[in-house]
Amino acid sequence: MGMTMAEKIIACAAGVNATKAGDIETVTLDRLMSNDGTTHLTIDMYNKLKNPHIADIDKLVWIVDHNIPADSPKTAASQKKMRDFAKEHNITFYEGEGVCHQVMMEKHVRPGELIFGADSHTLAYGALGAFGTGVGCTDYLYAMVTGTSWLLVPETLRFNLHGQLPEGVYARDLILTIIGRIGANGANYKAMEFAGEGLHGLTMADRISICNLCVEAGAKTALMEVDDVAMTYLEEHGRTPKACFTSDEDAVFAAVYDIDLSEIKPIVAKPHFVDNVVPAEECLGTHIDEAFLGSCNNGRIEDLRVGAAVIKGKKVAPKVRFLVVPASRTVYKQAMKEGLLDIFMEAGAIVMNPNCSVCWGACQGVIGEGETLISTGTRNFKGRAGHKDSFVYLASAATVTASAIAGEITTADRV
Amino acid sequence: MAQKFTAKIWVLGDDIDTDIILPTEYLALKTVEDMKPYAFSPLRPELAGLIQPGDMIVAGKNFGCGSSREQAPEVVKALGISCVVAKSYARIFFRNAINNGLLLIENADLYDAGTEGDTAEVTPGKEIVYNGKTYEIASLPENLTEILEAGGLVKAMRKRNGLD
Amino acid sequence: MGQTVIEKIIGNKVGHAVKPGDIVTVPVDWCMVDDIMAPFCIKKFEEMGFTKVWDPDRVVLIYDHFLPATQIDDSRHFREADAFADKYGIKNIHRTDGICHQLMTEAGYVKPGDISFGTDSHTVTYGCVGAFATGIGYTEMAGILGTGELWIKVPESIKVEIEGALPANVTSKDVILSVIGDLTASGATYQTLEFCGSTVDNMSVASRMTMSNMAVEAGAKCGVFAPDEKTCEYCGIPYTEKEEALHADADAVYSRVLHYNAEELVPVVACPSLVDNIKPVSEVAGTKVDQVFLGSCTNGRLEDLQAAAKILKGHTIAPFLKMIVTPASRKVYRAALADGTLEILADAGCVITTPGCGLCCGRGGGILSDNEVVVATNNRNFLGRMGTSKVKIYLASPKTAAMTALTGVITEA
Repeated sequence: MGMTMAEKIIACAAGVNATKAGDIETVTLDRLMSNDGTTHLTIDMYNKLKNPHIADIDKLVWIVDHNIPADSPKTAASQKKMRDFAKEHNITFYEGEGVCHQVMMEKHVRPGELIFGADSHTLAYGALGAFGTGVGCTDYLYAMVTGTSWLLVPETLRFNLHGQLPEGVYARDLILTIIGRIGANGANYKAMEFAGEGLHGLTMADRISICNLCVEAGAKTALMEVDDVAMTYLEEHGRTPKACFTSDEDAVFAAVYDIDLSEIKPIVAKPHFVDNVVPAEECLGTHIDEAFLGSCNNGRIEDLRVGAAVIKGKKVAPKVRFLVVPASRTVYKQAMKEGLLDIFMEAGAIVMNPNCSVCWGACQGVIGEGETLISTGTRNFKGRAGHKDSFVYLASAATVTASAIAGEITTADRV
Repeated sequence: MAQKFTAKIWVLGDDIDTDIILPTEYLALKTVEDMKPYAFSPLRPELAGLIQPGDMIVAGKNFGCGSSREQAPEVVKALGISCVVAKSYARIFFRNAINNGLLLIENADLYDAGTEGDTAEVTPGKEIVYNGKTYEIASLPENLTEILEAGGLVKAMRKRNGLD
Repeated sequence: MGQTVIEKIIGNKVGHAVKPGDIVTVPVDWCMVDDIMAPFCIKKFEEMGFTKVWDPDRVVLIYDHFLPATQIDDSRHFREADAFADKYGIKNIHRTDGICHQLMTEAGYVKPGDISFGTDSHTVTYGCVGAFATGIGYTEMAGILGTGELWIKVPESIKVEIEGALPANVTSKDVILSVIGDLTASGATYQTLEFCGSTVDNMSVASRMTMSNMAVEAGAKCGVFAPDEKTCEYCGIPYTEKEEALHADADAVYSRVLHYNAEELVPVVACPSLVDNIKPVSEVAGTKVDQVFLGSCTNGRLEDLQAAAKILKGHTIAPFLKMIVTPASRKVYRAALADGTLEILADAGCVITTPGCGLCCGRGGGILSDNEVVVATNNRNFLGRMGTSKVKIYLASPKTAAMTALTGVITEA
């Protein structure tokens, strides 16, 4: 019987010829990413072990990205714990280099790998045909100590993409539309696989954005076939695949969706759920206090280019705080070279250092009582960006930037 | 001016800066009441909880140096401190204290003699009696006395605006 | 009798000659209210019963301490200040443009001879353009907002005369730290520091700002430079007899005169946790450092960033060390983008944040934890200012800071 991409990657990591959805496999992990959100807790547990041991130091990648620069003695202490441990054990360590998933994509992820990340948006790695999934620190610790873990092989929802996104419509609109259609738990425990000729027209930035957000539909992982676009990205970053898997013709999918990209429209996810999606038009005129262009979802150079094109020669509305946060140092420097940072600065935006920023809800741009944020971040849960009585709308880089200019939710063609 | 009173002494050192009196982290709490528990926390985290209304602070030189944050004298007053006796004060703190009706006394000698936990008898504008010894204190300039007597600058301004 | 710079500024404003110790009520040219203090100031203003701001065009609101906001209640300060501005017609508002003390001269408000008050102690910075400027509490500011005036005691002046050329590794930061070390943290209380001599004549206005800014760390009410052609160029005004007349008279009376030979000055640091705990860098060289902070109203200007970039160019900072760069204003950030300075700093591994107070105000921007050591270019190293009270803060020049970032230990440039 044919296998899906997810099944193939797990079979490979488990050292078996075949596996199928519903099986439980013991897998050897290729890479283990952890960030300052939880690593200090992992270290505390590690230190309580009887025989503390790390199976393979080379597989560990630790990234400080959530609170950079640190905003309280507490976060500073947890980062110090992480830094000291990384130094002592010679763990690959990044601090201030960018959002963990972006750094992983730029420097580590290889097609065919099975990667645990102590962060839910680890699904992003599917853009390079790698099985990335988020775990808690107990699972992470077990994998760190043993090099292995168990996995329930997920069923797969297959999304066949056709056609092209219209001008002014972005990957963010596509994935929000999909999440709206299948619901915030529509892919629970499942893999979301994207294929079809429509995929080939999407940039790596688009792909990362799509895979990253699949967790908001409850997915365990997101996967995309590795095509020329992915291979070019990989080569540019000096890496080679572990293996390039595609689902077999006769693979069994839990469901198959055919998506016509040309029908996608600008979408906004309203408070307080990611699947609470409506056409952006329906939110026109909603007052905003803050706008955020950044995150592992939409902080790449392509997103900054979109934002800069919208805002060039215009100004941020006087009372709006418009945070522009490149996803990594590489993105920051590229944006600097292309003059994008200056376009944003001239317009009155707040250009920040690469980090999770207000998507993480601490450290930068925390919003207050009754305030509204429009964001390219990953989540709009109640209180996610600050006060419990605040509001987060999710939208594309174009819509967010346009709204920052207008001081209310609007689309790029209206400013 | 206020009547003679007796107060228990808390002794602090030289250069007690405004970040010690109230760290920036707590400056934006909504009310001075909310800030009270954090007064002096970088130096003596337990102190704010131990101070009783009517107690006094005895300190060395340059008390209140640093920031212009008026939360510093306000929080000292809110803790119920009856007066601060220091060798000298930083000027912004001094003005802020007067404007909030917190009595500051400049005295060069009490700090060297004072022991924490003892009591002293204070007669504002005149003297402090401690351990059988009398420490003379100077009276304030006239314009400051006016603000103090009005009950602080807010009240003085209300009077000017014909409100009280 | 001859007059000092500050006596002339005050005398011009009150219309008669003044002498130290006089208590005079002065008209106010500029008042600056920052985001931390705004809600408190507004509350006092309302309590005082005022119905209008005496002159809204003389009031400048600047949001810098809470930018970007790190706590849930921070943005309330912006909203309350905005509402106050709307109600009373205040139009000079800088919501995301940088540090208040940088903007008050950079954005063209304070000019030579002006009298300014601000709700922040480093308001003394504006002395760099030959203005009387000092920090006050929010209650006094509320009073000024209503009346346009404030009583002050005319301060005595301490003359700080520096002659000659500074060694290449010594900056104006080292000069002012040395002065504070000699005066002590209370040595200039109630007084004005008047800086003069060929060394300061040759300094940029930016370098002078560093010195004015830190005058308050010696307790001073003002730190003033007589305005010269450079000052006027910076302020965008012609240099006329009016500015020339603000220079001190030859027979002006000073409470004290300090004289320095620039050639003899060395790079220094203020060691934990007092600003007057000054030691030559060479004495503490080798101290292990966890973080370096380049920024603040003291040393976050283009020339400071350039000085660091010159040292860091083509190198990367020490492993596991963080270097945080926070430009003082949007203008500085853009200038540093344009001339390649930020690119050098980014290549070297610096974390470059948005303009604002950053780490100096201790609410974000690189807070540290127990037993960590930071070398910072800002103005205060008080206990607990950048995290717990066990954080050790060394204040240094941008050059010393950059060299330290390179090696990971305190190093002379």
